[in-house]
Amino acid sequence: MPHDHHDHDHLSPSGHPYQPDQDHTLTRWQAMEIAMRELLVEKEILTAAEITQTVEAMDRRSPADGAQVVARAWSDPEFKARLLADGSTTIGEMGFEAGAMKLIVVENTATTHNVVVCTLCSCYPRNLLGLPPDWYKQRAYRSRVVKTPRKVLSEFGLDLPDDVQVRVHDSTADMRYLVLPVRPAGTDDLDATALAELVNRDSMIGVAQATAPE
Amino acid sequence: MQAHSNSRNVIVMEHDNIRRWHDMGGQPAGQIDLDQHNFALWEKRVDALMVLTSGKGYFTVDGLRRVLEDMGEDTFETMSYYERWVQSVNQNLLEAGAYSLEELSTKMAEVTARGETYGDCAAGGE
Repeated sequence: MPHDHHDHDHLSPSGHPYQPDQDHTLTRWQAMEIAMRELLVEKEILTAAEITQTVEAMDRRSPADGAQVVARAWSDPEFKARLLADGSTTIGEMGFEAGAMKLIVVENTATTHNVVVCTLCSCYPRNLLGLPPDWYKQRAYRSRVVKTPRKVLSEFGLDLPDDVQVRVHDSTADMRYLVLPVRPAGTDDLDATALAELVNRDSMIGVAQATAPE
Repeated sequence: MQAHSNSRNVIVMEHDNIRRWHDMGGQPAGQIDLDQHNFALWEKRVDALMVLTSGKGYFTVDGLRRVLEDMGEDTFETMSYYERWVQSVNQNLLEAGAYSLEELSTKMAEVTARGETYGDCAAGGE
């Protein structure tokens, strides 16, 4: 939307309007970020290019990455077996990196539903899903999902039958969980690309199911 | 648990004898707020600085969390996620000797003097 802005006084050197957050009065914490970044570059601890590339890589990562992994697991039983046995190594087959963390993939079935939280902080499989949603980091979710998971899931619009067991997985700094949702019915004819379209972020956190095909 | 007198543990005694404030699993809490904000560029840059400098061995994720947890519950309630993170990454980098407190103060004053907005002040150093 480069041409629908009304205020031409705040253009960046490249001629694009600044994001709204850049138009507000500088905060102390933003000044700290700028100062730290410049000091790290001046001292040759980091390069400006490294920082830019890391932000760009962050922008490229999204739940679509995790969705590809789930779709492959739905369509390739041997891949799925490897994924459940060793998530960190197996996502590497698709070009995704687990980094230092251990990735554990937990499978939803007709009788078991898994949901993920980080009660202590905000640990999240960001290499497959991007940055965590705000609610994932809030007190309400972190506190309550381990105690009354069915109630919390119901607030997300997911009402599970009583005979489905709910397992809540608490992440740590070194260990992240990804939920493998149940493959929706009526998808036998879909290829991996079409299947991935059905896999939403919340279904891989475990607060939703995969989307039913149209 | 024994009573502690050092300042770091005052938070423990004020809130709960068993657990510290950040250990919130199972504690009473309100409704989940599903509103989502767009991550600002400065927030992503804080995240990038954390990823890169911890990756180069300046600190560990445990160091990041130690400072976040020591900031206490009031900070958690009143400051945004990356406002807390920037302080923790900074504290860890100071401790690792990446730069000094004096260098940071001088640079922050220089940055602040460049203009009014983040856009003005961030552009000055590039």
